[in-house]
Amino acid sequence: MSVFLAKRLITLIATLIGASAVVFVVLEILPGNAAQILMGPDASPDAVHALAVQLGIDRPPMERYWHWVSGMLVGDLGQSYAYSTPVRDLILERLALTVPLAVMAMVITTAVALAAGLYAASRQNKLGDIGVMSLSQIGIAIPNFWFAILLIIVFSVHLKWFSAGGFAGWDDGIFAGLKSLLLPAISLAVVQAAILARITRSAVLDVLREDFVRTARAKGASRRRTLWGHVLRNAMIPVITVMGLQFSELLAGTIVVESVFYLPGLGRLIFQSISNRDLIVVRNCVMLLAAMVVMVNFVVDVLYAVIDPRVKASDI
Amino acid sequence: MALLEVSHLQVKLQTDRGPALAVRDVSFSLDRSDTLGLVGESGCGKSMTAMAIMGLLPEQAELAGSIRLDGQELISQGEDEMSRIRGNRIGMIFQEPMTALNPVHTIGDQVAEPLRLHRGVSAAHARKQAIALLDRVGIADAARRIDAYPHQFSGGQRQRVTIAMALACGPDLLIADEPTTALDVTVQKQILELLAGLVAERGMALMLISHDLGVVAQNVARTLVMYGGSVVESGPTESVFAHRMHPYTLGLFAARPALRSKKTERLATIPGTVPELADLPSGCPFAGRCCFTIAECHATVPPPYELEPGHQARCIRLEAVAAARSASAPAVDHPGREQAQ
Amino acid sequence: MKRAFRNASFAIGAVLSIALVAVAALSLIWTPHSPYEVNMAAKLLPPDASHWLGTDPYGRDIVSLLLVGARASIVVGMVAVGIGLIVGAALGLLASARRGWAEELIMRIADFGFAFPAILSAIMLTAVFGPGMVNAIIAIGIYNIPTFARITRASANAVWSREFVLAARACGKGAFSITMEHVLPNIASVLIVQATIRFAIAILAEAALSYLGLGTQPPQPSWGRMLSEAQSLMFQAPMLAVYPGFAIALAVLGLNLLGDGLRDRFDPRLARRR
Repeated sequence: MSVFLAKRLITLIATLIGASAVVFVVLEILPGNAAQILMGPDASPDAVHALAVQLGIDRPPMERYWHWVSGMLVGDLGQSYAYSTPVRDLILERLALTVPLAVMAMVITTAVALAAGLYAASRQNKLGDIGVMSLSQIGIAIPNFWFAILLIIVFSVHLKWFSAGGFAGWDDGIFAGLKSLLLPAISLAVVQAAILARITRSAVLDVLREDFVRTARAKGASRRRTLWGHVLRNAMIPVITVMGLQFSELLAGTIVVESVFYLPGLGRLIFQSISNRDLIVVRNCVMLLAAMVVMVNFVVDVLYAVIDPRVKASDI
Repeated sequence: MALLEVSHLQVKLQTDRGPALAVRDVSFSLDRSDTLGLVGESGCGKSMTAMAIMGLLPEQAELAGSIRLDGQELISQGEDEMSRIRGNRIGMIFQEPMTALNPVHTIGDQVAEPLRLHRGVSAAHARKQAIALLDRVGIADAARRIDAYPHQFSGGQRQRVTIAMALACGPDLLIADEPTTALDVTVQKQILELLAGLVAERGMALMLISHDLGVVAQNVARTLVMYGGSVVESGPTESVFAHRMHPYTLGLFAARPALRSKKTERLATIPGTVPELADLPSGCPFAGRCCFTIAECHATVPPPYELEPGHQARCIRLEAVAAARSASAPAVDHPGREQAQ
Repeated sequence: MKRAFRNASFAIGAVLSIALVAVAALSLIWTPHSPYEVNMAAKLLPPDASHWLGTDPYGRDIVSLLLVGARASIVVGMVAVGIGLIVGAALGLLASARRGWAEELIMRIADFGFAFPAILSAIMLTAVFGPGMVNAIIAIGIYNIPTFARITRASANAVWSREFVLAARACGKGAFSITMEHVLPNIASVLIVQATIRFAIAILAEAALSYLGLGTQPPQPSWGRMLSEAQSLMFQAPMLAVYPGFAIALAVLGLNLLGDGLRDRFDPRLARRR
């Protein structure tokens, strides 16, 4: 197990380094002189140069890259060009919204999808199955931001149960904060739940066909015990893989959904920073998102090895 | 009272081409310590019979007739009651040992499972018994390997594990459905010897299903030959093998290559192919392929005739078959080709 | 019952997909009104005989906007998937033919692409190069490369181990000609199915990018941007938000059903007993 973990950790670190390199090149080197961009084309060369020195961008690229990475390791992400506050503080503030949102969406997705997938598998080819499958096809086709707008129209404009946007903040209590995240989380969850439900259904059906299910029944295990004790653990293997992949889709989705609901999360921050040409913030946010995705996939890999004993033996 | 009494069992399945009788009017009985073999080609209904006894047929299957275990009627039992019987009073092992075990549970957990299900023993107690069982079936170093996973074992070892699982609760009847088909010949012998030993030791009844005549020949006292869902011949193994009263049995034996036959001799085959279950003709299922067929064979299903005590065959042409057999050489039998069709 | 359902969904998918392309093609020669003309006198009209679905806040006919908007979705979808397919399949075929460390390297790079979902890549590109349809296409195209690379490699590996390929190699055929003559035709069906499904995903991605203002730019109509404009008028004219989203959903649904149906047809083994 430790060999397995070590290998995976190395891959994780390599991927993170690679991602940081890509992000740095695209967002720092390619755009050209950030000081020039910030000050506009009419600024005097001396002023631009002074700003460049202040921002530290007159140094060679490798040095700047190293400066950034070493800063990341200690939590110093530099200063925002636009707000003159530490990038780290900006990001942490926004994470306090985006992370709970993503988690909420993941919880809703998992609960709905597993229930629907199991239900469809148990009613295979009957009306219940076809119903779930049709609903999931529709769910996959719906753009999450459109669903968000529809939710707002129904629940905020007509029913007035929720506000049409904005974040109540955590200061008024957890409940108020969660309430303002509920509609966004649901919009994010719709598509992912539809996909996951289909995967769950086919994973369960696949496992039900396996010989060891027949063996379990021949031993006297009831249908329910066979399902919970034998089928599910095997079916979870493909399901968890997909859940890991979905997390990155979910994070991407928060960028859009935060815009719909005017939520001050990480996604909106990225946007605003692009408009402000505040590339240092963009760079760090993008890196953060990419890192979250990579780490979730790492966790999934490890979970894999925990659930399926064959994985440790044959290392891929 | 017999341990297992099957009377006029019929299993109707829903196939793509309509309803089909997979098992037709099958009757036999089994006492404790009896050994019974079911022989026949794929699709002849032998596995279906076993699954019917276990109550593991697909949902849409319809059963008729009677299966009594120690006098208790099984066909009408609910799922809960059948769960209590499976793995407890009847054990079953299957053909594919490589896929018969759950890959994510240790073999110890899987062998202990029937004990915990039916006997309600504690985990520690079940574990001890599991180690003893694994040891008895020939898994070396059982105390250590009990925590290993199925993928760490060979096919033969996995089959031993499934035998241990099936025997954990000391069932009265063990059904073995093609237990050695997927194994190498040397391992086959070991597994069959193991089964024979366990059966004798525990006084269990054994129902051994196989398409391999050799497997059946040495391991069971009585044999049923099945074709098209019916038992076409049944009797003491020695007698069935020696006399081969039914034309199908005759053909089955004739089709085996003999060590003594010459290289250029063609293998005798039974002409035609096994028809789909949904397309079986009325009357004798073997009619048409059988070279002793007469018009009456197509009319009604032949009842069993007893030519010797305990040895029966469902055929109305038994005398003709006997005559043909004694007229030809004993080594390789060719079902009388000179006979009019 | 299952079979009838399958055939029905395939038919629906085919019809919707063809309708999508037909509508976009139609818009090249005719639309009820011009989607570019601003007419403030006619703003926010309800549906009537002349404007079947009404008008938007600039007086433009909704139906015409939808028809022309289909073009943006299709163009972005096709080109982006085309990029992903060609580059991804090339990488996958290369990895499968070469094996060894080349395969490992290519696959690691491809895996790496999974860390950057379409929106993220699009944001990075637009941050640097500015918004626009071309950048959206590039971003979505790059996002598709890892998927096609993986699938191509997996399918190609299966073909490489088959006997007729071994026979070809024994005859001295080179890797390139084997790839072209044997591997590619055999994996074509898998790629077609995948391309159809990725097309649907690309349409969704384009819509999201346009909604955010990073994709198709005005005055070119785009379903995604129509949604963003409609959102500010949610209280006055909620239906404006329904039509473009509905169009997107129909297009995506049609392509998904088509892709699933093609998959069942090409590989009936997968369809049995499901």
